[in-house]
Amino acid sequence: MKQILFPVIALGGLGAIFALLLAFASKFFAVERDERLPLIEEVLPGANCGGCGFAGCSACANAIIEGNAPVNACPVGGNECAKKIASIMGVEASDEAKKVAHVMCSGGNANAKKKFAYDGIKDCIAASKVQGGPLECSYGCLGLGTCKSVCPYDAIEIVDGVAKVMSDKCKACGKCVAACPKGIINIVSYDQDVFVSCSNHNKGAELRSMCNIGCIGCSLCVKNCEHDAIHIDNFLARIDYDKCTNCGKCATVCPRKLISNQSEIVSVQPE
Amino acid sequence: MTLTEIFALSLGAILIENYIFVKFLGICSFLGVSKKMDTAFGMGMAVIFVMTVASAVTYVVNRFILVPLNIGYMQTVAFILVIASLVQFVEMLLMKMMPALYQALGIFLPLITTNCAILGAALLNITNELNFIGSVIYGLSAGIGFTLAIVLFASVRQRLILSDCPKAFEGFPIALVTAALLAMSFMGFQGLKIW
Repeated sequence: MKQILFPVIALGGLGAIFALLLAFASKFFAVERDERLPLIEEVLPGANCGGCGFAGCSACANAIIEGNAPVNACPVGGNECAKKIASIMGVEASDEAKKVAHVMCSGGNANAKKKFAYDGIKDCIAASKVQGGPLECSYGCLGLGTCKSVCPYDAIEIVDGVAKVMSDKCKACGKCVAACPKGIINIVSYDQDVFVSCSNHNKGAELRSMCNIGCIGCSLCVKNCEHDAIHIDNFLARIDYDKCTNCGKCATVCPRKLISNQSEIVSVQPE
Repeated sequence: MTLTEIFALSLGAILIENYIFVKFLGICSFLGVSKKMDTAFGMGMAVIFVMTVASAVTYVVNRFILVPLNIGYMQTVAFILVIASLVQFVEMLLMKMMPALYQALGIFLPLITTNCAILGAALLNITNELNFIGSVIYGLSAGIGFTLAIVLFASVRQRLILSDCPKAFEGFPIALVTAALLAMSFMGFQGLKIW
């Protein structure tokens, strides 16, 4: 009997003593953690992409609680996430339209002319260090996929030498915008369908020698726009997305077939 | 215990019988938390604290509970209980005092519980038949030896990341090679065994 009893009592007693000491210690060293913190962390996507500008989702949650970030700080979670966080924080969230990244270049292998054959590291940043990249056009997409490799959501594909964002997958985290050495990726509204996908500010004649599709600044689109939503800025047509109604008139008049109307493309594809 | 004995004991635990490089105890945290110098140092400090206190408490537990009741075979269980409680305590302490270090150590802090170096120190105190002061000094020195090893290794690894090494060796393989070289150099301290 003793052989069983002694160890049980001794170890049980030890355990009880340590448990008591720890219980006191946990009272004494209690850290005041905001109870909303784990709730917000749960709502956030948890991808730790850094799109919000903080080190990760838990850092973002901390910033939201401390008031250093708005409830819609997470660009990935979108409206749904912002609303949930707002209800946790006890404030109203304003509706914000879903946003996506868009590559402002239509060049690629078919259209953009090459200055030289680049055979270095397959990375846009490395390529752009050599004479500004292998393209004649100094604004064009190099198509080596630096944006694709930084995208945490696999939302970018290189199609025929130019990066394309798949807007369904894109969460507008902005990593590609920061990574692109040419700075030609913009964050736009998801509902925007009509784009002038070119970033070249060269004059028409110069541009024709570089690219088969780029904007020559002819201003036909400007004249035909009924909503005053398109303007020429330094030989490049730019759409004012606030005024644009996606009517697609500019796309039909563009002599270079540069202005794309994505709503049309989508509707044509299934046939 | 004379001063000479204490000196010999601590020198032995730090250099000659270094827990990591000679006894090969506590390798898990040694490899896991040695990527950055400051976290390695923090880990070392936590281990020193837990080892020293664990040595003292386990000595008392062994001397006044296990031996009189003649249940020495319960050593491992009782010691793990002591160590686990201490680690819990250190965790609370760090969460309160140094949240940054708490985050940096991450999973390795609870893993001190199963760090064999600490249990090793507690058990070796018994096998070496050290008295209370001897146990505490042995635990402290073993902790210092652990810290010395992990900080040395972290300082090497920080440079290792930047250096050019064959693709196949990148990361853990080259780290293990480095650890082996460090261990070999620590073998040189065997010559200090004069007492």
